[in-house]
Amino acid sequence: MINKQMEYNTLLQKLKDKFGDSILSADDAADFFTLVVASDIIKQLISFLKDEQNFIFLTDLCGIHYPEQEKELGVIYHLHNLVENKRIRLKTFVTKGNPQVDSIVSIFSGANWMERETFDFYGIDFVGHPNLKRILNVDFMDYHPMRKEYPLEDATRSDKDDRFFGR
Amino acid sequence: MSEKDKKYTVVEAPEGYSAPGFFATTLDKAVGLARKNSLWPLPFATSCCGIEFMATMAAHYDLGRFGAERLSFSPRQADLLMVMGTIAKKMAPVVQQVYEQMAEPRWVIAVGACASSGGVFDTYSVLQGIDKVVPVDVYVPGCPPRPEQIIDGFMKIQELVGNEPLRRRYSPEYKEMLESYGIKIDK
Repeated sequence: MINKQMEYNTLLQKLKDKFGDSILSADDAADFFTLVVASDIIKQLISFLKDEQNFIFLTDLCGIHYPEQEKELGVIYHLHNLVENKRIRLKTFVTKGNPQVDSIVSIFSGANWMERETFDFYGIDFVGHPNLKRILNVDFMDYHPMRKEYPLEDATRSDKDDRFFGR
Repeated sequence: MSEKDKKYTVVEAPEGYSAPGFFATTLDKAVGLARKNSLWPLPFATSCCGIEFMATMAAHYDLGRFGAERLSFSPRQADLLMVMGTIAKKMAPVVQQVYEQMAEPRWVIAVGACASSGGVFDTYSVLQGIDKVVPVDVYVPGCPPRPEQIIDGFMKIQELVGNEPLRRRYSPEYKEMLESYGIKIDK
């Protein structure tokens, strides 16, 4: 346990030396090292982690929407160091007006469809993605359905009478 | 052989005139009789209702008793489109295309809550009933419906098929109805 803590601290120190104030916060709650970083360094950071820290596997990439934050939309990356079996989670947040994050397809090819999915559901614009179009929803859908301002229920439903649902 | 020992069933004759040596009825009724007892269903099964349909087709319930044992997996030879299961919005154009590929006369049965109304999947990605994209003749409720209910729905279709006037599919009302769904009509 103490070893793990030390490893995390060493890694954090390295990242802080390299990226400075762009590392916004860090914690290892639930034994999972998590960094919140500025969106403009995310590509460099992941590249650094892959090439120099052995985080060679992208476990997951997904979006999130916190309407109460100033920077509402987030992208979360899970990386896995398969050499030493260590994991790291990176979060970065952008505003809804300007939801641009650098694509990491050039680093991890596996990010291609994950970024398309995140674009599909949250409308995050992955700059530099080779084929950023919807992947799961119908092509003619005109909104990003996982954003909180849109109702989950389908507006075309005709057999539900609000009176029977206490609304 | 007495009536009781008969091991087979024969469909009832439609209304008409009979005397020794002949039986006369209308063409509509004769054609309807043939059609309704030899429907070729196209099973469009996407989820659990499809599993119930498999039971309906199998020996215990045996849809073959109604002349429908010959499933057609090509829409071009099918008479009855049986949509069983949740249809995602992405699947909707496929359902419509399958319907367009079927030759007239064609019928549609929506089996189960999802095909009929979207069911529990009241969400952005699911089509809220296939009647948003194709005209439906019979709706079978249930989540999923039991084979008995599917057979009941099928018999309702047989009733429609048997009583359909031959001119119906050429009527302007019918064409207008298809157009309202955006379905291509053979000119």
